[in-house]
Amino acid sequence: MNKHIISLLLENESGALSRVAGLFSARAYNIESLSVAPTDDATLSRMTIVTSGTDQIVEQIQKQLNKLVDVVKLVDLTESEHIARELMLAKVEAIGDARDEVKRLVDIFNGKVVDVTDTTYTVEITDTREKLDSFITSLSSIKIHEVVRSGAIGISSGENILAI
Amino acid sequence: MELTGAEIVVQSLIEEGVEHLFGYPGGAVLHIYDAIHQQEQLQHILVRHEQAATHAADGYARSTGKPGVVLVTSGPGATNAVTGIATAYMDSIPMVVLTGQVPRPLIGNDAFQEVDSVGITRPVVKHNFLVEDVKDLATIIKKAFYVATTGRPGPVVVDIPKDITAHKTEFSYPRDIKIRSYHPTTKGHSGQIKKAYELILEAKKPMIYTGGGVILSDASEELIKFTRLLGAPITNTLMGLGAYPANDKQFVGMLGMHGTYEANMAMHNSDVLIAIGARFDDRVTGNLEKFCPDARIIHVDIDPASISKNVTVDVPIVGDVKDVVIELNKLIEASDQRLEGAALSTWWQQIEEWRAQDCLKFNRDTGTIKPQFVVEQLHDVTEGNAFVTSDVGQHQMFAAQYYGFNKPRRWINSGGLGTMGFGLPAAIGVQIAHPGEQVACITGEGSIQMCIQELSTCLQYSTPVKIINLNNGFLGMVRQWQEFFYDRRYASSYVDALPDFVALAEAYGHIGIRIEKPEDVRQAIEDAFGKYKDRTVFLDFIIDREENVYPMIPAGAGLNEMILV
Repeated sequence: MNKHIISLLLENESGALSRVAGLFSARAYNIESLSVAPTDDATLSRMTIVTSGTDQIVEQIQKQLNKLVDVVKLVDLTESEHIARELMLAKVEAIGDARDEVKRLVDIFNGKVVDVTDTTYTVEITDTREKLDSFITSLSSIKIHEVVRSGAIGISSGENILAI
Repeated sequence: MELTGAEIVVQSLIEEGVEHLFGYPGGAVLHIYDAIHQQEQLQHILVRHEQAATHAADGYARSTGKPGVVLVTSGPGATNAVTGIATAYMDSIPMVVLTGQVPRPLIGNDAFQEVDSVGITRPVVKHNFLVEDVKDLATIIKKAFYVATTGRPGPVVVDIPKDITAHKTEFSYPRDIKIRSYHPTTKGHSGQIKKAYELILEAKKPMIYTGGGVILSDASEELIKFTRLLGAPITNTLMGLGAYPANDKQFVGMLGMHGTYEANMAMHNSDVLIAIGARFDDRVTGNLEKFCPDARIIHVDIDPASISKNVTVDVPIVGDVKDVVIELNKLIEASDQRLEGAALSTWWQQIEEWRAQDCLKFNRDTGTIKPQFVVEQLHDVTEGNAFVTSDVGQHQMFAAQYYGFNKPRRWINSGGLGTMGFGLPAAIGVQIAHPGEQVACITGEGSIQMCIQELSTCLQYSTPVKIINLNNGFLGMVRQWQEFFYDRRYASSYVDALPDFVALAEAYGHIGIRIEKPEDVRQAIEDAFGKYKDRTVFLDFIIDREENVYPMIPAGAGLNEMILV
């Protein structure tokens, strides 16, 4: 079971997202995260799907996605060098010593405190999924009120381009 | 010229060469029906239930190769059509289904007869569209036909809100269409074809296994040539029957769960398996871990997703079956090299031994009508040339095993989805497409009741289909499994309170005949196709109540582990 980041260009049409989401549920494929937004070309959306499965399953996932008429192009970013990032917003308790402790951790993880109250900090961190996971682990004794993560988005390294 | 959306629908269908469409009117499609009413090129066939519209269009498509076209209203019209759409989807049948939708301002408001047709049909269509502007209507219909009929065919739904059918716009039907995200592969990769050819020549125990793809691709002639050039045994899947003549000595029968012993044993023992337009369905492979243990596998399929989905193959070739087989034939013909003669004749000896088991024999002296015998007699009377539709269950297997199809597009059944209720409306569709031909629907007393209302459609359009009802008073296949695997606890498999089918047929204005003795079988079938040639005839054969379909591969077993009788 390997993790794969599949990046898609798909027609920016109503229903395209549900075709992709429906495919994953109908065929019982894993889906860890899915993010989608329009691109610089208003007719296209870019979707990043994080999934996992045996090589055979992942091959099927790619083939089935390619079969969807709305999918224009597809690349498995994990097949070569790539950059993947995820955005996290977390609201944590910040009372007493925790106020300094959270601030220190946020600095270490290159994040920002973006909202402050007497009792909470809201922090923003953009990094790989693994880094975000370790930030959460690092908070250990600090109470987490809320975590929002965007799911990964990715792009291939170097001069490889996913475009039509 | 400015046309209304409704007129555009009709004109677009005419531009596509559509002659018949199957449907049922309702509020959301009234404008379209009005436009149909005011022209004569396009004939509308009114069914009695939307499911039947899709099955009839499906039968029309399977028997002609042309896309079937359906028109239904919004809400229940669309949901009733879903079973037929899914049936076509599973068997890759080209179909365009136009569904009415509530006017756009009402969409999402839980309006009367509103349903999210695009959402409901999404998992069972090749693609679907919601028309949001009358200006897009003609292009979308063009795209729908293009997508439905190219690559691996399939049903496409076009959902048309009612207000759009009233709006006007300039009409010109697009000549060509390009979809930037849709490029079906048709030509096989020449390097892969060469590899396949080389592997074939190494075979000592070759086996050709072909499916519905050969029929969809109209590649029967090429397949016959290929098979004869090689001298290898060939089997067809349930969907592929007729692609290779059943009366040819190289044909070893259907394979799979109720295939012949010789076909399944030849599959299991083969060293090179040539799969063409078939998809390694679970009813064909049996237990995957035991499947063809010694074979290197070549797989030709137009759908890349079919390749190595269930069984990992050695030489995949993505492409249209016809094109690829033509290329293979060229390679074979261009060289003197053939399969090694001595090995091939040893292989055939082995196959003949399996064949000598005569796995399709059945007891003819029971005094009761055997379903197998009825199908044999039907074959005899129609000289193997009839279009035969079926429903789903034991009768379907008997039809597949005993009719002996020699031509493609003559055997029309729901192989993938296994839809009971398919047979009668499909037969109507076939008969509409082939007015002078013999059309039989082999069914059972369970299945036929799922779309029995279509007897009324038969009367309206004078479609003289012959219903061969193999009536054992049981849901036979369910009962068979209950006999084998549930200690004969016949839970709900007994069809209590059956109607008098003869009276029922007569009530619908047709000929009904009940046949209770083996010696009356032949005459009844002859009468149906002779004396009552121009009538719809319902032949109610009261058959052996507990006959089973043999041979059989039980669940979890391999192809070499058949139960013979």
